[in-house]
Amino acid sequence: MKSVRKRYLFLLVLLLSSSTGLFAAEGTPIDSGATAWMLTSTALVLLMIPGLAMFYGGLVRTKNVLGTIMHSFVAMGIISVLWVAVGYSMSFGQNILGGWFGWNKDYFFLKGIDTNIMDAGIPEYVFSMFQGKFAIITPALIAGAFAERVSFKAYCFFIAIWSLLVYNPLCHWVWASDGFLFSLGAKGAIDFAGGTVVHISAGISGLVAVLYLGARRGYPYQVIRPNNMVITMLGAGLLWVGWFGFNAGSSISSGLSTSQALVATQVAAATGALTWIIIESQHQGKATALGFASGILAGLVAVTPAAGVVQPYGAMALGIIASSICYMAIMAKNRLGYDDSLDAFGIHGVGGIVGALLLTFFIRPSWMSEASAAIGHKWSIWNQFGIQALAVGIAIVYAAGMTLLIIYVIDKVFKFKSSETDEMAGLDRSYHGERGYGMLNPN
Amino acid sequence: MKLITAIIREAQLDQVREALIAAEIKRITVSRVSGHGQQRIEEMYRGQIIIPDLIPKIKIEIAVNEAFVDITVNTIIRSAKTNGPDGTVGDGKIFITPLEECIRIRTGERGGTAI
Repeated sequence: MKSVRKRYLFLLVLLLSSSTGLFAAEGTPIDSGATAWMLTSTALVLLMIPGLAMFYGGLVRTKNVLGTIMHSFVAMGIISVLWVAVGYSMSFGQNILGGWFGWNKDYFFLKGIDTNIMDAGIPEYVFSMFQGKFAIITPALIAGAFAERVSFKAYCFFIAIWSLLVYNPLCHWVWASDGFLFSLGAKGAIDFAGGTVVHISAGISGLVAVLYLGARRGYPYQVIRPNNMVITMLGAGLLWVGWFGFNAGSSISSGLSTSQALVATQVAAATGALTWIIIESQHQGKATALGFASGILAGLVAVTPAAGVVQPYGAMALGIIASSICYMAIMAKNRLGYDDSLDAFGIHGVGGIVGALLLTFFIRPSWMSEASAAIGHKWSIWNQFGIQALAVGIAIVYAAGMTLLIIYVIDKVFKFKSSETDEMAGLDRSYHGERGYGMLNPN
Repeated sequence: MKLITAIIREAQLDQVREALIAAEIKRITVSRVSGHGQQRIEEMYRGQIIIPDLIPKIKIEIAVNEAFVDITVNTIIRSAKTNGPDGTVGDGKIFITPLEECIRIRTGERGGTAI
């Protein structure tokens, strides 16, 4: 009798354990509309990486075009693999090591989510891949700061380690449901699509890297002219298009909040771009194509954390302010003389900080009343501003400190900065043995 | 007056340019050219060794007064050479040709002062 009961118990345990992988599948049906949009968004965010490769690739000298494009492309390889192996688990698992990052053994190589359907009605595979694209683009953004002067091998190790030690913890803090910034204040620090996680962390890390590694040869006295502004503009265009996946996809749904984010994104990009060329034409006499592209990016970066909470007028204001401040930041860079080659800090760092802080003043009233309701008493704009400033401060300090440590170690092991001869001959020849433009020479 | 034409490796352009600037020779013309000489390069393309027909090179043209010929030539030789003092096949050539006249377009002045 006892052994029979034991057998039943054993069977029950077996049944339960085999169904743990399906736990959500039984309750939540797939929302095919949301899933379809999230699949599209995932593809759109991936499109931003070749977009970034083109944007950065066109801005460097001819001898470095392939090396610079490879900085983005190799991230698609390295970070995708790392993300599936441990990244998703570190970012979206449960708190471990005091909440430094997360861990969930089901997420290790994504082996336990084969049939998971999330509460939002989308397969967890889709969510993990969508988030994986953010993990790819973030280290690729840093490459703009130290363009034209780093060893390819050291760069590969750098982005791998940076992704593990900087991106994954930050992502966990801000976006995982038990991350400490996610639950700060009344409704958490607002970072809709990655202002702190993606842009501030990449921008600040770029700045630290530049200060550590030093400038390119001849900077700033030798003119360093873009090899192909045409691909830069096409890249900026692809980034704009892809950003709809980045921001509107971050609603993890297909509905009202998606459309709110979509409108904010469009408005901020357009006002950012217009602001930049207006300032530039007043200040320097001509409206440049690169200025327009920079303005697009400044606007998009600033609206990234804000897209979920601001109305179109707020997005417009953020576009104008971010573009103006980024313009000043780049002027200041030229005065200060550090060589943030493609303005990864000037646009992504500064624009991200501006967006994450100033979004507070444009939050839609319904969000504020929900926040007040959640906490039980009035939640003011200044309360939220304090939370935003804290989140930004933490992201800056953590990203800067960690990056310095990682670069120091990588530089000791691999020699991060290119040797003089490699830099003079160009990244394409030195590290890839190829040339970007065969058609420049008869062959 | 002489016209110095140097054919050098692409990868040495920055070395040569920086060396020339350091030697106070700042008026140069640079173009991309292709050709073949003694050098036979093997390149790797999709895992296969290929020997390109025409090898890309850089051509530098410098018009100088007689007093500057030697310093220009020596600077180029020093900076265009690869692999230490021995050099490597393919480091390039320098041609010196007499230069009949030199005219500055802006002022119309002619001869040595226009260089």
